[in-house]
Amino acid sequence: MAIAPARAESFAATGPAEPVVESVRVDQIMPQAKATKKARMILAVITAIVMLIPVYWMATTAIKPRPDAVSAPPKIFFTPSLDGFIGLFFDRSQIAPGELEKYKERTDLSFVEQQALIRGMKILGPSKYVGRLVNSVIISFTSTALAVFLGLLAAYAFSRYEIPGENDWLFFILSTRMLPPVVVTIPIFLWYRALGLYDTHFGMILLYTAFNLSFAVWLLKGFIDEIPKEYEEAALVDGYSRMQAFRKIVLPQCVTGIAATAVFSLIFSWNEYAFALMLTGDKARTAPPSIPSMLGVGGIEWGSIAAGSLLFLIPVVIVTFALRNYLLRGVTFGAIRQ
Amino acid sequence: MATIELKQVAKMFGTTYAVKPMDLTIQDGEFVVLLGPSGCGKTTTLRMISGLEAVTEGNVYLDGEDVTWRPASARDVAFVFQFFALYPRMTVYQNIAFPLESTHESKEVIDRRVNEVVDMLRIRPLLKLKPGALSGGDKQRVALARSLVRRPACFLMDEPLGALDAEFREAMRAEIKRLHNEQHATTVYVTHDQIEAMAMGDRIVVMSNAVVQQIGTPAEVYYDPQNLFVANFIGSPGMQLMEGDYSAGNAHMPGGNVYKVPQAWRAALDREIGQGKVVIGFRPEAAEISADGPFTGMVFGIDLHGAYVVLHVKLVSDQIVQVRAPRDHTYGLDASACFDLNHDMVRFFNPTTQQAIFPEASA
Repeated sequence: MAIAPARAESFAATGPAEPVVESVRVDQIMPQAKATKKARMILAVITAIVMLIPVYWMATTAIKPRPDAVSAPPKIFFTPSLDGFIGLFFDRSQIAPGELEKYKERTDLSFVEQQALIRGMKILGPSKYVGRLVNSVIISFTSTALAVFLGLLAAYAFSRYEIPGENDWLFFILSTRMLPPVVVTIPIFLWYRALGLYDTHFGMILLYTAFNLSFAVWLLKGFIDEIPKEYEEAALVDGYSRMQAFRKIVLPQCVTGIAATAVFSLIFSWNEYAFALMLTGDKARTAPPSIPSMLGVGGIEWGSIAAGSLLFLIPVVIVTFALRNYLLRGVTFGAIRQ
Repeated sequence: MATIELKQVAKMFGTTYAVKPMDLTIQDGEFVVLLGPSGCGKTTTLRMISGLEAVTEGNVYLDGEDVTWRPASARDVAFVFQFFALYPRMTVYQNIAFPLESTHESKEVIDRRVNEVVDMLRIRPLLKLKPGALSGGDKQRVALARSLVRRPACFLMDEPLGALDAEFREAMRAEIKRLHNEQHATTVYVTHDQIEAMAMGDRIVVMSNAVVQQIGTPAEVYYDPQNLFVANFIGSPGMQLMEGDYSAGNAHMPGGNVYKVPQAWRAALDREIGQGKVVIGFRPEAAEISADGPFTGMVFGIDLHGAYVVLHVKLVSDQIVQVRAPRDHTYGLDASACFDLNHDMVRFFNPTTQQAIFPEASA
């Protein structure tokens, strides 16, 4: 620290060694500023690594053979195995010791059966996980699409028309998000059972749509508010109807908002656990509550759990990655108005 | 092309008038400028003509037809916005073609008509660009092209040059005027810039506080303002106004100056005011510097305008007025300055009613 003031002084006297050819404030190219910047970068990298450790852990556990997955201290080097994934996709059972020799001699075994055999198990049939992943996809994508669509219409109306009690309505819409889901699961469970919506795709879509809608209305309203109404007025005098103007002018302009809203809604409904656990049994059960249910069969199948979680991550990661450019705008919307 | 007629058209926002009931008839092919300070109701008036704003009272006629309750899309008007409102995700070509697509014209027709206006406005090199890449002047050319392409009955322009740099503004002013002359299109043009209004309008509608103050040719509103607001608002600087006491052909100014009212005005002043306060108004160019002029004062400031100078003269009444003087004479600060007023260019106002007083001959 003793050197820094001296360096700052010499900088003030002589300036930087190289000519400054970019637009920058003087204090940002002073020697201390550069050191701070480097320190900040290192901190960011360390933070990122710490954040990614669980993901790394999950990914490696998914491909570790079972003994390695539970060994302590954890193994860094191991022979990859498909055990976890096979356990995830297939129901297995231990082969009785008497049949084992006979089973091993069979030549018609499939690749998956051979892999299972290494642990002395046979395949009984496909597990329910794939079906649940499909449920997750159906329910979360449909509810996201619905929430964005309905949210867009509502947000447009709130943004462009004078609605009596507009602020009260908006507050009411937001207030649906103020209770933690767990608080309302019991009453909703009772309704759903009475209405026959328990364990149905429709019921879950309805619930997630309703939940995401408040968020969608607020976020999209912010985006639509930023689109000058002159664009629509120009379209109106150009001979288009209000609806056409909305479709041709407003819609393309709020793609950013739609994308951001869609990602956030999708992440919510994709990860939702409490409602899914309480309101689905078997038919419409989504992936989140089914992963912990793998705990039971003959010890904890950490490999399968990790494999299930890993697969579960992938769709959301893809969608988020594809729309990543919109997300930052979505998070900071309204912060920078022109 | 078409005539536009407003009959007792008014607009209220809540309980306040944005535009008080007004009548206005715009002839086929006329270029009418709505002029006034911001918030005076000129844009609201324009929007009522377009159908983007519903009227509170009165009727709007286009070509004799009552269109008061027809939506904007069914009125056959083109609207040019101050901030252009070019669709940011479309190219220049798509922007210009957009109005034609609403009527499902064939590709060939659209292409031909777009090309016509593109040549007219000399924007061919821009066709493939997006609006974000254009300069202000080019954006406005594209916006004009988009309004022209449909061949509407009339053009409504809302401060189309307001967002441009001074340099572009003058060039575009000439272009719009030339376009108007070529197309002979009925045009209503909103601006708060009185120089623009004077330069472009066949007629000017001066508005203030939701009320039409005067409708007339640029020369009329400049030389014969109907009230103090118009006198002060038109011109740069506006009309110089001095208040004095009138009696028997003389105006006694504070500070002791006495102005002998020209013969032609005496009867009117005697009738309108008799004895009492009067406002004398004159343009800076109506002042004639002369050592024995009735208005005496001293030079407070000097602006060189190139061809002439404008003297800020501090009168004995302490009021400062602007007076135009020839350049071939040097004036010292604080030197005494006296001037007379050109008899034909002096105007009188009644300070109570704010209205202009006109001599018998023109009344």
